[in-house]
Amino acid sequence: MRTQEITVNLGPQHPSTHGVFRLVIHLDGEVATGGTSVLGYLHRGLEKLAESRTYPQFIPYTDRLDYLASMSNNLAYVQTVEKLMGIEVPERAEYLRVIFAELQRIASHMVGVGTFVMDLGAVTAVFYPFIHREKILDLFSMTCGGRLTYNYMRIGGLSHDIPEEFLPKLQEFLDYMRTALEEYHQLVTGNEIFLARTKGVGVITKEMAMSYGLSGPNVRASGVCYDVRKAHPYGIYDRFNFNVPVFESGDTFDRYMVRMIEMEESVKIIRQAIKDLPEGPVLGKVPKLIKPPAGEVYHSIENPKGELGFYIVSDGSPKPYRLHIRRPSFVNLGVLEEIIKGWKVADVIAILASLDIVLGEVDG
Amino acid sequence: MENNIHALIKDSFPELEIQEGHLQVSPEQLAKLMDFLKENGFAYLHDVTAVDWPQHFTVVYQVRSYEKPDKLTVKVNVAKDKPVVPSMTGLWDSADWLEREVYDMFGIEFTGHPNLKRILLDESFMGYPLRKDFIG
Amino acid sequence: MSVLDNLFVKIAALVRTTLTGLGLGDIWVNLAMVILYLAGILGVMITAALVLVLVERKIAGFIQLRPGPNRVGPWGSLQTVADTIKLLTKEDIIPACADRKVFMLAPVLVLVPTILAFAVIPFGKGMIATDVNIGIFYLIAVSSLATIPFLMAGWSSNNKYSLLGGMRAVAQMVSYEVPMVFSLLGVVMIVGSLQMSAIVEAQSKVWFVLLQPVAFLIYVIAATAECNRAPFDIPEGESELVAGVFTEYTGMKWALFFLAEYANLVLVSAIATTMFLGGWHGPVLPGWFWFFIKTSIMIFFFMWMRWTFPRVRVDHLMHFGWKFLVPLSLANIFITGIGVYLYKTIGW
Repeated sequence: MRTQEITVNLGPQHPSTHGVFRLVIHLDGEVATGGTSVLGYLHRGLEKLAESRTYPQFIPYTDRLDYLASMSNNLAYVQTVEKLMGIEVPERAEYLRVIFAELQRIASHMVGVGTFVMDLGAVTAVFYPFIHREKILDLFSMTCGGRLTYNYMRIGGLSHDIPEEFLPKLQEFLDYMRTALEEYHQLVTGNEIFLARTKGVGVITKEMAMSYGLSGPNVRASGVCYDVRKAHPYGIYDRFNFNVPVFESGDTFDRYMVRMIEMEESVKIIRQAIKDLPEGPVLGKVPKLIKPPAGEVYHSIENPKGELGFYIVSDGSPKPYRLHIRRPSFVNLGVLEEIIKGWKVADVIAILASLDIVLGEVDG
Repeated sequence: MENNIHALIKDSFPELEIQEGHLQVSPEQLAKLMDFLKENGFAYLHDVTAVDWPQHFTVVYQVRSYEKPDKLTVKVNVAKDKPVVPSMTGLWDSADWLEREVYDMFGIEFTGHPNLKRILLDESFMGYPLRKDFIG
Repeated sequence: MSVLDNLFVKIAALVRTTLTGLGLGDIWVNLAMVILYLAGILGVMITAALVLVLVERKIAGFIQLRPGPNRVGPWGSLQTVADTIKLLTKEDIIPACADRKVFMLAPVLVLVPTILAFAVIPFGKGMIATDVNIGIFYLIAVSSLATIPFLMAGWSSNNKYSLLGGMRAVAQMVSYEVPMVFSLLGVVMIVGSLQMSAIVEAQSKVWFVLLQPVAFLIYVIAATAECNRAPFDIPEGESELVAGVFTEYTGMKWALFFLAEYANLVLVSAIATTMFLGGWHGPVLPGWFWFFIKTSIMIFFFMWMRWTFPRVRVDHLMHFGWKFLVPLSLANIFITGIGVYLYKTIGW
């Protein structure tokens, strides 16, 4: 019998591409023989826009990178500018930044695992994490009014202090997280169908992960212990005691598990940060006009999706001469074409979801 | 630790100067240096980007190690009229997309790249938007 | 009590006597009765589908810790009505390159086997449209026709997702037909008859779910697959195949598929009730009400499964069907055979 490969366009409009991403996939029956990623549907030219914005003006733009982790994007950017100008950040602001960044990590991983399991066909499994994430969004909106794009961090600190009721609410949330994660493990992690669908699927070997420059949970699932918080501590992360979960096999299940455990670790970090949270101002001494000296700086932090880096070249004017964003989702997505070969359509979706990309970040 | 790797580079490439983790090389030297770095533990090509200076382009590589806290910034100046740099795709797979992005935005050519096409912009797009002389 | 119990039978008898009294010939009376039965079945089916859509969404909401539809009418009770109006008035799109005739025929044909199958379901004592002596055989034969409309829909849409979905539907429904039939065979062996009323009658003392627990499990799993419901919803595969066979369907055509899905859900639950759960047998309450309760429990069970499990992958589905369910159901038949033989010879 004569058979023929078919080419299917997965996206740009597809329920499981997590945004406007297109994967041109070649299918032999159900099996993918190869694929080509097509991106750029959400490219807004942020790097070019930055060249005509002043330094503080660019903070809201960073919100739109990985829009599931706006706080972390804010943090990466303001820390880069602070590093360039040598600005001191008050202690309280540093601690609050850690709290917000870790809350954001939990929120982002919640969406990550939720949508991953949903792409495996378990619709209910997306609602639970979203309910948990909602509580984080409540905390955020209580502080800065935003639920998705916060624009909360400032060069030199934070825009304003947390409200009075924030800490009790946060404490309540941390206690709640323990049961929430346990419940989720019971619902999803032990499920036979889930295990059959994820174990051994879409394996990224250690060599592959390193060669493709993966970072974040994706690289840690492949047996590489690399976490910027430990490798190149930024802010005050060297003061906290936490573990970096590392898994060996690099399949979709391990990527899921790394995220699940990271949430627990984030809870630990937040607990320590609350304990040590000092009083004081949240915005340091910052010149009225942000005008960094001529020079360049590269700074990267551990975002929920991976290592987010900002490269800023200043010519001494109030606007950056060149601003480059090293976007973790973009680099992580590069491995996709390689690892989908030989897997079924349903697995391709699972593998894509397990990489946990956000198109705002992929396309920049 | 950092000095260790600096000393190692100094030994093999005596003509290079390292300043605060920055290395300036010529396009001819680049491939040899990168090969050397990869051999010596820099398994992580973290980032590739470029800057458009009035006289030349600078391609900036961030290389790192996954195991050790080593990091290096490698910079290559390329001429404006003929911006060509050897591709690093043979050493790191991550160079594939990162170099395509630089090509897309700056029009810098990476010789030896297996699939040097635009990545974020459409194939039919004219010009290179991140060049300073680009008019939208 | 017996008045309530035989309510519908009495009504049918009354209609029949009235019609005969009007001086109509036997043929005409019979024809009128058939039309009446058909109307009854259709009425039950469509009402059930309408109610079940809401029930399913409410149950999904309950499982997912959210209220579910709650805007139209009290507790969202008119949601389905609103949806139906929307679907009826929606633009009916036929893709430019679709095979028009097949494309339009598929949603109609998908309903036919289900309606046909309802003819032999005993809803209560004497409440069976046609009590043919090969009842369960007829039911299996008819319901296996349901595979073809899915392939028709998938093929004629001229869409790769739909085609993949159609192929998956055929592979899945054909494969799971086998264990399903084998699981029902165990019951038939015990009863010694294919007649639905005889099967129900045989369960007056003990339900077959107790004598055939393995067969019941196999039936539930295979029936879920036959209905293309999660976790076996791979022909639809929302997150991978973008609704698969239904991708190109809009408005009322899509609604017909939807209707068929829920009618099928009622059908497999009704069969489970008839074959394993003692049909309309039950104390105190009228028979048809017992049937309703048991079927409802089965439907809830199917919904519960749907909103709990991730989707099975296509090759896992095939392995599970052919390498596990089929041998298991064959073993069940074998053991049942020995049991029946012993019972007959020794007289346990």
